Amino acid sequence: MSACKIPSPLARSPGLPKSPEGDPTFPEPWAAEAFAMTVHLHERGVFTWSEWAEALSTEVHKPGRAEDGSDYFNCWVTALSGLLVDKGIADADAILSLQKSWQRAAEATPHGRPIELENDPLR
Amino acid sequence: MKEMGMSADHHHHHHDHHHDNRYSDMQARVRALETVLTEKGLIDPAAIDVIVETYETKVGPRNGAHVVAKAWSDPQFAEWLKEDATAAIASLGYAGRQGEHMRAVFNTPETHNLVVCTLCSCYPWAVLGLPPVWYKAPPYRSRAVIDPRGVLAEFGLTLPDDKKIRVWDSTAELRYLVIPERPDGTENMSEEELAKLVSRDAMIGTAIAGVPA
Repeated sequence: MSACKIPSPLARSPGLPKSPEGDPTFPEPWAAEAFAMTVHLHERGVFTWSEWAEALSTEVHKPGRAEDGSDYFNCWVTALSGLLVDKGIADADAILSLQKSWQRAAEATPHGRPIELENDPLR
Repeated sequence: MKEMGMSADHHHHHHDHHHDNRYSDMQARVRALETVLTEKGLIDPAAIDVIVETYETKVGPRNGAHVVAKAWSDPQFAEWLKEDATAAIASLGYAGRQGEHMRAVFNTPETHNLVVCTLCSCYPWAVLGLPPVWYKAPPYRSRAVIDPRGVLAEFGLTLPDDKKIRVWDSTAELRYLVIPERPDGTENMSEEELAKLVSRDAMIGTAIAGVPA
C-alpha cells in the first residue's frame, strides 16, 4: 500500500457520516427529512435558493461550530427554522413548544407504537 | 462464575440500553417544523419521502458521469457544454432543482480544476447527488483555496509542479462540474464504459478519471 492510499483526516472527516463505500449518507433520518423539506419548500417558492444559502451559511459560520462539520445538519435545521420565522410562516415560540410537545409525546408512547403528537400528555 | 457472567452481561445490557422513544432536540425540531408546515398545507409528507429517496438512490454521481462520458465521445456536445452547460446538461434530463446555473470546467494538460464552496456547501446535486462528507467540512472549505496542491496531495493526487490549478468557488446561483481529461487507451470504449471511469471525486476535481482496467 502506497502512502497516498492512506486516507487523510481531511478526506475522512470523521464526524461526518458516510456509507461503507465512502458515499455520503444522512447521519439520521431527520437530517434527510430536513433536507427534503428545504428542497420542497424552495420548489414551492417559499424562499429562493440564495435566501436559503445565506441562512445556512450564517449558521455554519457561527462561532463554536464543530471543526469536523459533524453538526452540519444541526446548522441546517436551525437555518430552516430561522428562515421560516423570518418569512412569517412559523412562530419561534410555537416551534419550540411543538418541539417539546413531540419530545413528551415520544416518551409517553409505548414501545413499538407509532409516535404521534396526540400522545403528549400535556396536550 | 455464573454471577460474574451475569454481572458482565447486565453491565453490557445497561450500557447499550437506550430509551426507544426519545427524540433528540433536532429530531423533535424537525417533527415540529413538519407539523407546522403540514398544518399550513406547505408540505406533503409523501412528496418529502420521494425527494429523500431520489437523492439517496436515484440521483447521484452516475448522472454526472454520463455528462462527462458524452462530452468525451461527442465533440458537439462537449462544445455545447463549454458554451452553455445548464442547457447541455438539461438536455440529458438532469435539471437542477434549485434552478441554479451550471458551468463545466474542462481539465487540460496544462490546467487542473478544483471545485469548492467556501460560503457553505453549494453543490451540483442534480448531477452529483449528495455532497461528499468532506466537501461540507470546514477544513476542505477553507484549505482548498489557500493550498489546493496540498489538499489534492491529501486526496492522493499529486500533480506536476508546472500544472496550474484553478479553484472554482461555487455559489447558490452557479455550480461547477469538472470535466476530467479522457484517459489514454479509451479510444474504443462506449459511452457506458467511459462513464464507469468517472468518479464523483473526479468531477469535483479531487481525483482524475480512472484508467481502464
